[in-house]
Amino acid sequence: MESFLLILLIFMIVGSIIAIETKNLLSSVISCGVVGFSVSIAFLMLGAPDIAITQVVVEILILVVLIRATITIDNTSIEEHWDTFAVVSSLIFFGLFLVFAFLAVKDLPPFGEPSMRVSQQYLETALQKTGAANVVTSIILDFRGYDTLGEATVLFTSIVGAFVILRRRGRKQRSAADTEKVGILTEEEIKEEYEEFRE
Amino acid sequence: MATKPDIMISDGPKGMTPIVKTVVRFAMGIIFMFGWYIILYGHLTPGGGFAGGVILACGYVILTLAFGKELGLRKLSDMGASIIDNTAALLFAVVPMFGFLFGWYFLNFLDKGRPFQLFSAGNIPLYNIFIGFKVTASLFAIFMALSIFGRFVSKLVDEEEEG
Repeated sequence: MESFLLILLIFMIVGSIIAIETKNLLSSVISCGVVGFSVSIAFLMLGAPDIAITQVVVEILILVVLIRATITIDNTSIEEHWDTFAVVSSLIFFGLFLVFAFLAVKDLPPFGEPSMRVSQQYLETALQKTGAANVVTSIILDFRGYDTLGEATVLFTSIVGAFVILRRRGRKQRSAADTEKVGILTEEEIKEEYEEFRE
Repeated sequence: MATKPDIMISDGPKGMTPIVKTVVRFAMGIIFMFGWYIILYGHLTPGGGFAGGVILACGYVILTLAFGKELGLRKLSDMGASIIDNTAALLFAVVPMFGFLFGWYFLNFLDKGRPFQLFSAGNIPLYNIFIGFKVTASLFAIFMALSIFGRFVSKLVDEEEEG
């Protein structure tokens, strides 16, 4: 079990290195997919089918969107250039990350032996309290409903932001009434003031 | 029955090859049925509103890729997707407020029913359906926005067809 997870992790690391190093954008996108599908297999092995299903379908949709978006762009090859500052700084930060990760992981409960305090309560009382046979759904939509509401808000906000950025045409020019009301100067007025200032 | 021919019946020049169109025609109903199954049975089996919504969005994306953007926009226009997205998000925030009538926010106030039945677990299937609608509409809209690069693309497509 753990050796299979290790193989999956190594597979993921190799996939991400290929995704970074390859020159072709399409191969890079497909190598990114390696990470997502391996993560979903890992979730399935660890006994979390809910998250595995979500991971698989999200990965498929993201791959389709990325391939669709990258193929239409003309520049599909990346020029390589050596940046000493970037390499040195990323090495330093990676070393710092390793040190703090070692300090933090030492205090975590060991793999396969979670501390069952709140989760024991959920497992024992979820079916009577909510009537849902799927304990995961009863947690995310009943016990932890605020979390799901926040997640939906994050999704909604990101969609609105993407819509605002990706629209083809901007808003129409400000009308005269609006500029008078808010007190924004029109271009002619700005030019007049500038000329008065120069004189 | 059908008065005018549908785009899905005719192998028009738009979209991909007839092989892809035939396969998509067979797989379409199964994909949508599976998505709705994942959403509606989210409180009984693995899955839920988010996973089912992404499957439904994948169905619309496949339709768009195989048959061209006109058919995809006819099945779910981006204006309609915006409206569905906003309405479902609002409902998901407002319906838990009725819990204040009986106690607190996010209270499961509907009838719990018998466990392992489709109509059980009170509010949870309702929230699953809201999230499913929201995720379907928003992910399809974001696909359209990313692939065609335009706000309210359906109007632009109509203008192109007319002009």
